Parts: sequence; C-alpha cells; structure tokens
Amino acid sequence: MNMTQTLNVPMSTSGSSVKTDSGQLPAGNASTNIKLSASDVRVFYGQAEALHGVSLDIVKNEVMAFIGPSGCGKSTFLRSFNRMNDTVAGARVTGKITVDGRDIYDPSVDVVLLRAQVGMVFQKPNPFPKSIYENVAYGARLHGLAANKSDMDEVVESSLRRAGLWEEVKDRLEAPGTGLSGGQQQRLCIARAVAVSPDVILMDEPCSALDPIATSIIEELITELKKNYTIVIVTHNMQQAARCSDRTTFFHLGDLVEIGDTAQIFTNPQQKRTEDYITGRYG
Amino acid sequence: MNTPNNKGYAGIEAKVKASLKRRQREETRFRLFGIGAVLVALALVASLFGTILSKGLPSFWQSTFVLDVHFDPEVVQIGPKPVLEAGEAPAQFNERDLAWQMELGFVDFNQLLINALTKHIPAAADSPRDAMALITSGEHFALRDRVVADPSIIGKTLRLNLLADANVDVWLKGNIDRSLPDDRQQLSAQTREWADKLSADGVIKNKFSTAIFLNPDSRSSLAAAGLAGAFMGSLMMMMIVILLAVPIGVASAIYLEEFAPKNWITDLIEVNINNLAAVPSIVFGLLGAAVFILWFKLPISAPIVGGLVLTLMTLPTVIIATRSTLKAIPPSIREAALGVGASKVQATMHHVLPLAIPGILTATIIGVAQALGETAPLLLIGMSAFVSSIPATPFDQSTALPVQIFLWQGNELRNFFEGRTSAAIIVLLALMLTLNSLAIWLRRRYETRW
Ligand SMILES: Nc1ncnc2c1ncn2[C@@H]1O[C@H](COP(=O)(O)OP(=O)(O)O)[C@@H](O)[C@H]1O
Ligand SMILES: [Mg+2]
Repeated sequence: MNMTQTLNVPMSTSGSSVKTDSGQLPAGNASTNIKLSASDVRVFYGQAEALHGVSLDIVKNEVMAFIGPSGCGKSTFLRSFNRMNDTVAGARVTGKITVDGRDIYDPSVDVVLLRAQVGMVFQKPNPFPKSIYENVAYGARLHGLAANKSDMDEVVESSLRRAGLWEEVKDRLEAPGTGLSGGQQQRLCIARAVAVSPDVILMDEPCSALDPIATSIIEELITELKKNYTIVIVTHNMQQAARCSDRTTFFHLGDLVEIGDTAQIFTNPQQKRTEDYITGRYG
Repeated sequence: MNTPNNKGYAGIEAKVKASLKRRQREETRFRLFGIGAVLVALALVASLFGTILSKGLPSFWQSTFVLDVHFDPEVVQIGPKPVLEAGEAPAQFNERDLAWQMELGFVDFNQLLINALTKHIPAAADSPRDAMALITSGEHFALRDRVVADPSIIGKTLRLNLLADANVDVWLKGNIDRSLPDDRQQLSAQTREWADKLSADGVIKNKFSTAIFLNPDSRSSLAAAGLAGAFMGSLMMMMIVILLAVPIGVASAIYLEEFAPKNWITDLIEVNINNLAAVPSIVFGLLGAAVFILWFKLPISAPIVGGLVLTLMTLPTVIIATRSTLKAIPPSIREAALGVGASKVQATMHHVLPLAIPGILTATIIGVAQALGETAPLLLIGMSAFVSSIPATPFDQSTALPVQIFLWQGNELRNFFEGRTSAAIIVLLALMLTLNSLAIWLRRRYETRW
C-alpha cells in the first residue's frame, strides 16, 4: 500500500523544462505498477487548445491530486481518462493515454467498458432521480454484473458499505436518492461508481459543494478506498490535497507545471508558479 | 459605507427609510397592475363563456312532439318482411328483401303523422301542408326505419318523441319577432296557431334532445341536424395526429437534441423547424391539397388528408416543445449515466426521456388541441363540404367540429342556427377542456414519482 513512498523518483523538476515528460516514471518501474499513463496529451475545444501536451504516470493504488487555479485544465485532463470529453461537442484529444498499458483512444476500445473500468464522481452530486437501491444497481445491471436479485442486493450492499453509506440508508433503500443530504448524495455517487467494479475512480472536486463535515467524511473515505482503487482527485482545496493524496500535480494555464510527492509539493515546491499558487498569491 | 456621510447611522437610516417608501409604493403599484390585468382577462373570458353558454345551452333542449302514432295497416300496406329460407341463395334473398324495402318506400308515412295530429287538431287533415310543417321532415324516415327494424309494430300504437320543425322551435322559443307580418314569417299563420295550441296543450314539449350529438348534419331536416359527423371527423384526425406527430416529433427532437452532430446541416434543420412553426396554418392546407390530394390521390374532404395536414402543422410544435423539455433536463443526469458506462442511447432512454415525459405529454396535448381547433387548412382540402353522413373510416367524406361551427354559423336560418352554433362551440370547448385536463392529470401523475 505504501508503494508510493518508494516511488520517490527524481521528477524532472529542475525548473527549466516544463513541457517535457515531467510526469513520466522511468521505464523500469512502469511495467508492473503504472495504472494510468498520459503522454503529450492535448485537448482542444474547437480551435482552442485547453491542455498543452501533458505527460504523467499514475501508479496503482495511489491517490493523485490535481491542483491549480480555475480554468487551468484539471477537469479537462481528468475527463480524458474515461473519455468523457467525447461527449462534449467539438472536443478533441490528441496524444496517448493508456490504462493498464492499453491505449484507450484506440478505435477498438469500447467506451462503455472503459467507463466501467474507470469510474467517475462529479463535482455536484448527481444521483439519478430514482431510489437509492436503483442508483447503485443501475450500472451493475447495465454491465450484467449480477445474475439475480440476491446477487444484486449483495452488490448494492457492498458498494454502499464501501462508500460508507450503508448504515445510514439500509432501512430506506427504496427512498429517492435525491432526498439524501448533499454529502450522502455524493457518497451515493461513489457507491454507484464502485458498483460497476472499476479499478480507477476519477473525482472532479467531489467536495466543492459539501459542508466541512461531509467533506471530512469523504476524505476519510478516499483514504479507505485507496486500498482497492487508484484514485485521481481534482481539488482546489489545498488542505484536501495535502490530507488525502500521495502525489500532487500542479497545473497552470493548460500546462503541467510540477508533479511530486504531496509533502514535497507543499513544503518544497521546485517551481516559482507552484510556490506562488500554494502560498495563495493567485488562484 | 462607500458614500461619505457625516450624520452617522441615523443619516443612513433616514435614507434607507425614504428609499423603502418608494420601493413599497412601486411594489403596490405593480401588484395593482397585475390584479387589474387578471381581472380584465377574467372579465373577457367570463363574457365569452357567458354568451356562448346562454346561447348554446338552450338549444340542447328542442321543441319535441309527444305523439301516439298508430301504425295503421291501412296506410302501411305491405307484405311480411322476407326471411331467409332454407336452401335459398343469398343473392335471391337480397333481391326479395330489396323489393320489400322498395315497396315500403311507397308507403305514405306522413299520413301516419297527420292521423296522429288530427287527434289534437281536428283540422289537420284538411290542410296537410300546414300540419306537416309542424314536424321536422326527417321524422317520417324515422317511422319507416322503425318498421324496417320491427315489422310487428304494424297495427300497434306507439308513443313517440318527434322533433318539431326548426321554425316551430324558433317560434315557440321566441327567437323570432312574433309581431312580424305574415309574409316575413317562415311559418304560415295556421301552422303558428297550431304550434301555440299544441304547446299549450302539452303535446309539444321542450325536451332534451340527443339529435345534436347523434345525427350528422342535415339540410332537409334542420331540426335534426347534428354534430356526429363532424365529431367523428375531428376524432379521426386527432387520432391520426397523435399517431403520426407524436412519435415522429418526439423521435426527431430526441435525435436532434441528443445525438445529432452540431454542424451547418443540423443548424439549417433547426432554423427550418422554427420557421415551419410560424407558417400560417392555411399554407399547410394548400400544401395538403397539392401533395396529398393531387399527388397522392387521396380522397377529397377526408379525415385522412385533414389528419395528415394537421400532423404537418403540429410536428414543429411537438419538436420544439420536446427539444426545450430535453434541454431543461440537467446535463449532470446524462453525465452520471455515461459515467457508469451507459451508452448514449441507454442514457437517453433510461434517464433523460423518463424525466422529459411530463413535458412532452403536455406539449403534445397542447399541440393536438391546437390542431383540433384549426379550421383554415381544412377548408382548402374540401372539408367544408356539406356531408350528411357519419364517416366510418378516415377515407370517407367528413367535416370537422370547427368547420361545422363555421358552416352552421353561415346557415340562412339564423334564428335556429345561432343556438346550434353555440352548442357546437360548447362541444368543441368541452373536448378541449377534456384534453387539457388530461394533460394536467398526466403531468401530475408522472411528476409525483419523485
Ligand atoms: N465544454 C467546453 N467548451 C469549450 N471550452 C471549454 C469547455 N470546457 C472547458 N473549457 C475550457 O477549457 C479550459 C480548461 O477548463 P477546465 O478543464 O474546466 O478547467 P478546471 O477544471 O481546471 O477549472 C478553460 O479555459 C475552459 O474555458
Ligand atoms: Mg473543473
């Protein structure tokens, strides 16, 4: 579980080159541990390039945090890992992204399967306007993950347990998911993502719409989920990044500026821009 | 804080109070305007409904004879109704049956009516023309139909309700100036005198009549003219519109909104749909006449053509309304579904569409109600023709409710048809209200799911 500690690889944080393969790990390490890998990823919205050639690797069972000022391309980059950008009219992705070494933009890849493997939790809790049970069961049913009702009950229960919501909702599974509190709704969304057995969970500012207590519950949950999943979390809350991530990547204006161990990024940033950001000079 | 003030808090308070007063005055004024507007609208609606109801409701009750009609075998001289004999060829039986009915055609059923009237007005037999002017001319066919249905009534006496002539109805209801000279009255002096007498004797009663609901339009027997043909025509067209415009419109809207690439072709389509919605309905009538009647050779005056024309007219409404309903569904629902691996179609069918259904239903029903009230395009495809039968299929000749209103409104027997027109309007409005209540009910039903 603490493999990330051993990954204190020398990032090319020497200051000068920003757009090199700064996030990529040395090849030797890659074969076994690298879960997600991006190289020279550019995303265009129409003519505008929102992401200018980003490369990085994300290791199994680590929590990677993306930080950076608003509009710097964190969500854009995150959404290219499960091809959610495909649903945006005019969006175009170039470069290469692999999950378990497989190029996900290869024409042979089924987006539907990819999204089952790489789950997503959105900024605003967005449960379906259906029952709590149905919210969790929906994805599992789509992918045929439960053979019968009791299988499904099991999937729903274990997913809700993983999302730390079971005890709160076990007596009202038929109640509407939209009737839960904001924090519970977000955990329901996590359960929904977990129910299709992904191995990566992408979270786009999952706590930005939540109160501090709900936020801390989700943060604890992330630490818990790390045992089973690789997690990429976008946040503009730097304490949050510091609390629950293993490594942190700082983006600015569509560039990857710096990547490194969370502790190092927050205590000893190598880049001027990173330092300015974390000391609150902009953002 | 931003404005310099040297009087401290008291100064600010005075300013706020002054502005508060102004704001409250504005608010009151605005509220009064609103209430005034609502009252004006209500008054207009009330006077509209008041006129229509006060004119239309009385014409559901018509002057009706309650007569004991003796089916005198002397008058109805006819052999027994033929029955199919064992081993007889159907063609042969038909021939005999036809001959029997033809024979029945020579029977003078008016004589039966005159005999019945004579019991109340002994002079009726002396001036049969004046007597027959009392009862609407269609009723002797009604007598014949009774004999055809059951020949055993020959020789019996039946108490029958027979509609009075339209002019008698007008006279008795006081819808014509009784002081007009003879040459400006529709009825002879003798007939008018008898009508008054029979009414006083209780032979003519003002009774609720189903004629307006059950009969088709008529020109020979005005008192019996009804809406049934127009109603069926409208109903068939409504069905056609629902069956065609709803699936096509909703499917196009879903495709355009959820699946179509955004490029100049779809932009062009969108602009065209919006323009189509603004095309005056009479233009659709022209199009229908050119395409469906001249080109596809569909029958003229038929509900099928009317339905197709109204479908064309309703489609843009349904598409636009459905699209705006779909637009209003939060994109987060789509993202959520796609995020757990639903395909585009699954996301739409499982999540977007169910949420859009109340809106789509409302839009559809309002579109259909609009089509139901449409007159202009129907005039151009021949649905303003006089049709005295109830259409059995959408390919038969027919009119429609609004067209019937238009036709009756122009009938020369104004004193009678003014009421009939309002009655038809009441029926049309009732149908509309039913549709709209249905829309509201469906909306409630689907919305309360969450
Ligand atoms: N759907 C879109 N269409 C056009 N431009 C977009 C779209 N989404 C994001 N962008 C642009 O891409 C850039 C990065 O946006 P985003 O990834 O949302 O930033 P972040 O999540 O870091 O705040 C911004 O300049 C934004 O305006
Ligand atoms: Mg974002």
